[in-house]
Amino acid sequence: MPEGKYCFRRPLQTEEDILHLLSDTRGTNYYKEMEELEVDTEALKKRLDATCKSRLRTWLDICARCGLCADSCFLYRVNDRNPEQVPSYKVQTTLGEIVRKNGNVDTKFMLHAMEVCWSRCTCCSRCAQYCPHGIDMGQMISYTRGLLYSQGFVPWELKIGSGMHRVYRAQMDVTEEDWVETCEWMAEENEEEYPGLTIPVDVENADIMYTCNAREPKHYPEDVAEAAILFHIAGENWTVPSSGWEQTALCMFAGDWEACKMQVQNVYDAIERLKPKRVVGTECGHAHRASVIEGPYWCGRPDGKPPAPYIHYVEWVAEALRTGKLKIDPAKRIKEPVTLQDSCNYVRNYGLSEITREIISYIVEPGYFVEMAPNKDYNYCCGGGGGFNGVGRYRAQRNKALKTKRDQILATGCKLVIAPCHNCWDAIRDLEEEFEIGIRWTFLKPLLLKMVVIPEHLRPAEEEE
Amino acid sequence: MYEFLTGPMLWVTFTVFIVGCIWRVVRYVRGLSWQLDRVAYRPHFALGARHALKSVFYWLVPFGSRSWREKPGMTILFFAFHIGIVFVPLFLEAHAVVAKQRLGIAWPSMPAGLADGLTIAMLVAGAGLVIRRLALPEVRIITTGYDYLLLAITMAPFVTGLACRMDLPGAEGWLLAHLVTGHLMLLAIPFTKLSHMVLYFCSRAQLGMDFGIKRGGERGRGIVW
Repeated sequence: MPEGKYCFRRPLQTEEDILHLLSDTRGTNYYKEMEELEVDTEALKKRLDATCKSRLRTWLDICARCGLCADSCFLYRVNDRNPEQVPSYKVQTTLGEIVRKNGNVDTKFMLHAMEVCWSRCTCCSRCAQYCPHGIDMGQMISYTRGLLYSQGFVPWELKIGSGMHRVYRAQMDVTEEDWVETCEWMAEENEEEYPGLTIPVDVENADIMYTCNAREPKHYPEDVAEAAILFHIAGENWTVPSSGWEQTALCMFAGDWEACKMQVQNVYDAIERLKPKRVVGTECGHAHRASVIEGPYWCGRPDGKPPAPYIHYVEWVAEALRTGKLKIDPAKRIKEPVTLQDSCNYVRNYGLSEITREIISYIVEPGYFVEMAPNKDYNYCCGGGGGFNGVGRYRAQRNKALKTKRDQILATGCKLVIAPCHNCWDAIRDLEEEFEIGIRWTFLKPLLLKMVVIPEHLRPAEEEE
Repeated sequence: MYEFLTGPMLWVTFTVFIVGCIWRVVRYVRGLSWQLDRVAYRPHFALGARHALKSVFYWLVPFGSRSWREKPGMTILFFAFHIGIVFVPLFLEAHAVVAKQRLGIAWPSMPAGLADGLTIAMLVAGAGLVIRRLALPEVRIITTGYDYLLLAITMAPFVTGLACRMDLPGAEGWLLAHLVTGHLMLLAIPFTKLSHMVLYFCSRAQLGMDFGIKRGGERGRGIVW
C-alpha cells in the first residue's frame, strides 16, 4: 500500500485533516496502515543528499564504538543496561543504516527506527557530554526523526501535534480569540484581589512581551493569571501578543522542521510587530529551545538569535528577585527539604543552571535545599522529554523511564520538587501517579505568589483600612 | 625491498597520508552548514573558538573530562594506547636515524628505554581494549570486525617493531614486516576511521563551538562541551 487513509506521508494541513486523524481513537487504524506504508526511497535519498552533511556523516564515520556513551544514557541504565539502549547502537542501527543504504530501506526498518527514535531517546543530549569525539547522539536521533516524519513514520499524537502547529500555530486548538478571551477572563477573575491587574494585549514598545505554552490557556489558565499577577506586582510594563503568543513546538519533537519554522516565525513576527525591549517565555524547557535556541536557525537568522532578547522565565524571576522588583517575605520562605529539577532544554542546552539556584537562594530557607545527584548540566532527563510524555504507543516505556527521576528524588529525601518546565512537571506528576512516592511538585509561579510581598499601593482597598 | 620501502615508497606514503588528512579536514569544514547544524559559527567566532579549544584541551588531558574521570580504567587504556601510538613512531631513535640517512632530515629522538616502555604499554593497552570489547556487553554490541581490523592495523607495526628491537630470530623478516605494516597504517589513516587522528580535532572543536555559541557558553560556568 503506497499510502493509507489515516497514515500518509503528507503533513496535516487543515482542521479537517486534524479532526479526521483525531477520529481514529489512539491511532488504531493509523498504526495498522503504517505496517504497510511504503517508503519513498528516492525522496529519502534526496533528503539525505540535501541535509546530511559533513558533521553528521563524520560522526557516523568516526564513532570509535568505545561504548563510553552507554552509562551517560538514563534509558540504558533504567532498562537494566540493555546493550540495545547504548546511544551509539541506537544511532548506528537507525541513521547509520539509512546512510549506509543511501535511503534504500523498507517499511519494517522504518517501523523499527520509529520505535527507537521516539521510545529509546528523548534527545536530551547528555551522551554528547560523554563522547570523546564530541558526537551528539541526541541531535542525530532528532535529525533521524525528521527523516522518519517526512516518510510518515511518526507517532500518531505527534503527527497531530505538528498538524496543530500548522493549522493553529499552537500545539492545541487554541485560536487567537480563545487566547485573548482567556487573558481577559483571567484578568477579571483576579482583579478584585489585585486591583488594577490587566493582561495588556498587543501593546507596542513594552518592556516585556510574554509568551507561553498553549497548554496554559487550554488547561490551566491560572498559570497565565499567575504570570500576570507577578508582572503586576513587579511593576513591569508588559504585554502579550494576540498572535504569536504560543512558543512551544511539538513539531520539533515530531521532526517536522517546516512546521517548526512556521510556528516560530509567528512568534518572531509578533516581536517585530510589537517591538518589545525583550521577550520572556514561560516555565517550559522545550518552548525555550524551540523559540530561542533552535528557532533562529529554522527561520534562517544568521546570528542565531531571536529578533529581540528572549529570556526564560527563570531568568526573569532571578532578575526580579535580585533587583527587588519582587520581594520575598522571609517568614514565608520554604522551610522543608526541597529539590530542583534541571530541565535538559534550558540547563544542559542553554546554561541556566546557576540562575535557578540563585532563585533558590531567595525562596528557600538556608539549609533546606537538597541537590539531586547528578545535577545541573549533568542532570538526567525527567523521563518524558522529547515528546515521550505525549505518545500513547510508548506509555509503558515512558513509565519505566520515569524511574530514574523517581530514584533521584527519593535519594534527596525531599517531598517537594520545584520543576520550572512543563514537560518535567508533567513527568514528575506522572511518576507520582505511577509510583506513589508521596511527593508534591510545583512551578515557580504559584510558589512565588505564596511568599511574595505585595506592595501597599497594589493591595485591595479593604486591606488598607 | 628495504631500500624501496625506506626510499621512494616513504615519499608516496607520506604524501598520501598528509594530503589525505588535509583533504579530510577540508572536506569536514567545507561540509559544515550553520543552518543545518544550527550553530552560528561565524557571527560568534571568538566565543566559539574559545570553547572549541577548551573542549579539545580537556579531552586530551588524562582525567580532564568528566567522562574520563567516570571511567578510569578506560582512560588509562586509552591514554597508554594513544601516547604510544603518537610518540613512539615520531621520536624513536631508529626512525630518527632513517630520517637522517634516507630523507636528510635531522629529527629529535627519545631515550630507547622510554620508547620500549611506551611500546609495551601501548601493546598491553591494545590487548586491554580488545578484551574490553569482548567482555563488556555495551561495547560488544557496537563492535564490528572493522573495529578489530583497525586495532590490528595499528598494533601490527608495534609488534613487529618490538620484535626487531628484541632481535628475535628472523631479523630481516621482522624488519620488512615492520616496514610494510607501518606503511599500511599510515596509508589507512585518511581512508578509515583512523582519520579520527585529525577529525577528532574537527568534531571536538565543532561541539565545543556548538555548546559555546548556542548551548550555554555565554551563561554557564565551568566546562561546557
